[in-house]
Amino acid sequence: MAKRVTKVVIPVLAVILGLLVGALIMLVSGYDPVMGYQALWQGIFGDPYVIGESIRQITPYLLAGLAVAFAFRTGLFNIGVEGQLIVGWFAAVYVGIAFQLPAYIHLPLALLAAGLAGALWAFVPGILKAKLGVNEVVVTIMMNYVALHVTNALIRQVAGKDMTERIHETASLRVPYFEQITDYSRLHGGIFIALLAVFIVWFILERTTLGFELKSVGFNRDASQYAGMNVPKNIVTAMVISGFLAGLAGAMEGLGTFEYVGTKSAMTGIGFDGIAVSILGANHPIGVIFGATLFGALKYGSLNMPNPPAEIPEEMISIIIAIIIFFVASGYLFLWLYEKFLKKKGVK
Amino acid sequence: MKLNKFSMLLAALLVLSMTLSACGSSKEEGGKDSGESGSEDKFSVAMVTDVGGVDDKSFNQSAWEGLQKFGKDNGLKKGNGGYDYLQSKSDADYVPNLNTLARRNFDLIFGIGFMLAKPIEEIAKQRPDNHFAIVDMVVDQPNVASIMFKEQEVSFLAGVAAAMETKTKVVGFVGGMESDVIKRFEAGFRAGVASVDPKIKVLINYTGAFDKPDLGKSAANQMYSNGADIVFHAAGATGNGVFSEAKERKQQDPNANIWVIGVDSDQYDEGTVKVDGKEYNVTLTSAMKRVDVGVYDVAEKAKNGQFPGGQTITYGLKDNGVELAKTGNHLSAETLKAVEDYKNKIINGEITPPGTQEEMEKFLSDLGVKP
Repeated sequence: MAKRVTKVVIPVLAVILGLLVGALIMLVSGYDPVMGYQALWQGIFGDPYVIGESIRQITPYLLAGLAVAFAFRTGLFNIGVEGQLIVGWFAAVYVGIAFQLPAYIHLPLALLAAGLAGALWAFVPGILKAKLGVNEVVVTIMMNYVALHVTNALIRQVAGKDMTERIHETASLRVPYFEQITDYSRLHGGIFIALLAVFIVWFILERTTLGFELKSVGFNRDASQYAGMNVPKNIVTAMVISGFLAGLAGAMEGLGTFEYVGTKSAMTGIGFDGIAVSILGANHPIGVIFGATLFGALKYGSLNMPNPPAEIPEEMISIIIAIIIFFVASGYLFLWLYEKFLKKKGVK
Repeated sequence: MKLNKFSMLLAALLVLSMTLSACGSSKEEGGKDSGESGSEDKFSVAMVTDVGGVDDKSFNQSAWEGLQKFGKDNGLKKGNGGYDYLQSKSDADYVPNLNTLARRNFDLIFGIGFMLAKPIEEIAKQRPDNHFAIVDMVVDQPNVASIMFKEQEVSFLAGVAAAMETKTKVVGFVGGMESDVIKRFEAGFRAGVASVDPKIKVLINYTGAFDKPDLGKSAANQMYSNGADIVFHAAGATGNGVFSEAKERKQQDPNANIWVIGVDSDQYDEGTVKVDGKEYNVTLTSAMKRVDVGVYDVAEKAKNGQFPGGQTITYGLKDNGVELAKTGNHLSAETLKAVEDYKNKIINGEITPPGTQEEMEKFLSDLGVKP
């Protein structure tokens, strides 16, 4: 019980501390923190357009955060969410352009393609880890670069230029009704898919044998093996499901936000941010909602800070986000010190 | 135990994500009170950068300089009702940034770089009463003006200059991403070199990125080590690595015959290097693409009620939209004469520098060079 409370308290404290230090930095560099945070607030909740865009920004974070959290619960560190997202994005757009189908087949097919592409990308480090014990961190990082450059080459191959055409409307996640009520923001139906994914992941982890086995492998591989569980199989399963979620995050971008895919000179950053989202959410599906909302809202809201009257450079928000992650990370350190301290006291 | 592994990974990860996101950040002092000054009747302009940021020493910066000049010449202030910019940190930011500027009622909004083509198209459809302009790409909408440059013309001249000046008969080209724009640079450059001397070898390296100086440096290192004495880069910030490699070599041996040809803006200052108190410079010349001229010109036209909506304006050597920099006087009189000759030939249409892979292959094989 007490552990559950600290799990909630630490991230909340971290966020508050981060905002306070952020305010301090703004003060020191000669900006008005009240104005700054007002602009931030306005940038997130100010009017229907920004609310729509904020939710749009949160959507891929939800899925990316889930992907990281899911793997982490099985004791795997999937840094490859970024690459899995990129291949998912490409696969979704490819299906969206190459086929002409009725919407009720086209959209699910595009989503499935994205998920499978991501799953395939995660399968490689999964199988290497399971069969040969290769460190998944190294493999997933490298797979990110492979994903980036392979999709760039494929885009050029398929489109003949640096950007594909728009996907057919039948594959789009956009909902005209949302555009109407949010003054043409890019808010799309993907948010429901993301929330559904949160529920499914929670269900798998907490209510199924599969979830129990996965978590068990995460807690103690040897004990799970001894208990008769197939550890390699569980590792591969966890990576594949994680990759599927990451691929779906790519589909949110490809079928919702952008509706096309262009060559990239660098990673999108969503996958990496997904790690922070997952950590903020204590690697719990419900916590991921909290982490993604915070991250997405801060990220989008910060776009409003350079506008008058605040006129604060948006780099400031990068500092604040970095500080929040820093506090959460060191929060675990505090927890550890605190427990050690308590134990000593107990002995005394 | 698990905690340890976790925190170690976290630390590694943070370092990773920091380096990944640590590209170009600006120190724009926008804190001054620009306020809502009563300039409602004045023509206001704004721009959205791509992810390169406003201080990329390349076309974003050049565009912003054009807007600043336009603002100054028209007595405008930075901020609402005057001139302003918004930076984009990721591809997802283009649409909201364009939208924000439209809502701040700027009369003309520029999107800088081909990455903004789709976002501009989308916003232009939603806001048919606003005016937009895009650099480096054609967007076919009645309220969008497209600004294009004939990069191949100036890089052709850069190729001529390189071919005239090279002693080793080997020159290099370092590209960023393999996009249409960079292809025009490569095509023009190779055609220019081959026009002077088909036997000169041109080393080509596409680094795949505009923001990775380390890749530029290793590409340049390879080229110089393989006998090239002049390297032309069209790679944005990646090209800064080409400069640092050249300067390092100059530092080791001030007599080394090592040159760089800059791109987009006059990169003379990038090439300055001090050895034992004596100043040297490795910038042979720069293939300048005057985004500022284009941006200024379109803003001026729009101000006078002649907004070229739905049209594509292409700036070339003829209208000083592109030109070869001469700062430093590194080019010999003979070279300058050759450059001038070719320039005239291009302007009066005698030579058409190739702008695509196919055109380049044809141009080169006509000269008997294997592409």
